[in-house]
Amino acid sequence: MTAESSASPGGFEMAPGAAMFRSVDALSSLAAPVPPKAPGRGLHRFANPGRFLRLAGALQPWLTAGGLILTAAGLVWGLVFAPADWQQGDAVRIMYVHVPAAWLASAGYLALAVCSVLSLVWRHPLADLAAAEIGPVGAAFTGICLATGSLWGKPMWGAWWVWDARLTSVLVLFFLYLGHIALIRAFDDPTRGYRAGAILALVGVVNLPIIKFSVDWWNTLHQPATISLTGAPSMYLGMLWPLALTALGYTLVFAALVTARTRAAVMERRIRALLMAAAAREDGAVQVAA
Amino acid sequence: MTRKRRRLYWLLACGLGVGSAAALALSAFRDNLVFFVLPSDLAAQHPGPDRTLRLGGLVAEGSVMRGSEDGHPLARFRITDGRDAVPVTFSGILPDLFREGQGVVALGTLGRDGVFHAAEVLAKHDETYMPKDVAEALKQKGLWNPKAGPPPPASTWNTLAPAKAGAATKAGG
Repeated sequence: MTAESSASPGGFEMAPGAAMFRSVDALSSLAAPVPPKAPGRGLHRFANPGRFLRLAGALQPWLTAGGLILTAAGLVWGLVFAPADWQQGDAVRIMYVHVPAAWLASAGYLALAVCSVLSLVWRHPLADLAAAEIGPVGAAFTGICLATGSLWGKPMWGAWWVWDARLTSVLVLFFLYLGHIALIRAFDDPTRGYRAGAILALVGVVNLPIIKFSVDWWNTLHQPATISLTGAPSMYLGMLWPLALTALGYTLVFAALVTARTRAAVMERRIRALLMAAAAREDGAVQVAA
Repeated sequence: MTRKRRRLYWLLACGLGVGSAAALALSAFRDNLVFFVLPSDLAAQHPGPDRTLRLGGLVAEGSVMRGSEDGHPLARFRITDGRDAVPVTFSGILPDLFREGQGVVALGTLGRDGVFHAAEVLAKHDETYMPKDVAEALKQKGLWNPKAGPPPPASTWNTLAPAKAGAATKAGG
């Protein structure tokens, strides 16, 4: 792995003093984040951590503020001002919390899968870090989806939980997230953890179409999709708008959380690399003195 | 072939394998993945009287009779899927959404007399969401009878201007 990762990305500058630590940390170039002379091709442009940090740092306030404002506006609109449903009454308002969380749970897993492909095929160092950081955020959104769905199911269906195909496949998604969180951190050598986590994430992708189409393929207690690409949404527009706003807000919050966590992970690596370089220098000095 | 390209092909091949394995497993377990059986399935299968199963369908229009037996509420109704209908008895509290024309799932056993004895009844709501005044407007215009079936296509009502009575129905709805 060592030879490949250090050889591949074009815009990946190794500081001269850090070259000996390649095997320890592929991102040890962070110790001296010089702007690259020749930017890499395609996504490897973002393999340069300095460039990533600058871009992500510029995006961060917009993602955070936009996400919080849109989510708050959508939730207030949905929970207070949108009309109640003719048969579900005010219980329908749980939808504005539940449905965007469910969408983001699946979309987050898709993002995790894309990072895993980038990691396995192109050995993209930032994709490894991003995959490790998407896991907990996706698990949290899936947890929100399961908890609010349960709270909605009791008054409407008459049951907190049923083992129908939709609910079970989302529970499997939750366990896939938890398994990925555990596996990617389970090895002393982070690279092996990234590989194992990526393989687990990609095997779990088969669950995504099962979640989406479970309500069409089998009869379930959960109702089929309200919003489809082919027909008009069978939802009153006064309910659809706050839902769309909340969904956009959730998406930005998800992106803001992942970006913030990935930035922190990159900086953590930089600090670790600096500390190791400093320790190695001290070692060398002691040996010379002796 | 570069290493990256070889890894990409390996990944695609593995994906194909995992995908087809999942598809085969799902189609093999197709019958076990359904949450409930329909009345017409029941008519075709004739399950034994002791087998617990879930029966799902719509509550037939005009079939609900609520009474009491030994001081317990007892409801009788028929569950239909349009082709067959099964009479059901249930002693207990029905969910709020239970009504004629509503989808329900009943857990219980089919007696020798052909009556399904439910131990639990769950309501299944559909994927349409509309405010109370829009539903009232559709009913008044004769465009929709909730007891008879699903609402008309969404494009005919999802932009309807809500009546002025919106605030009043919100408290009651």
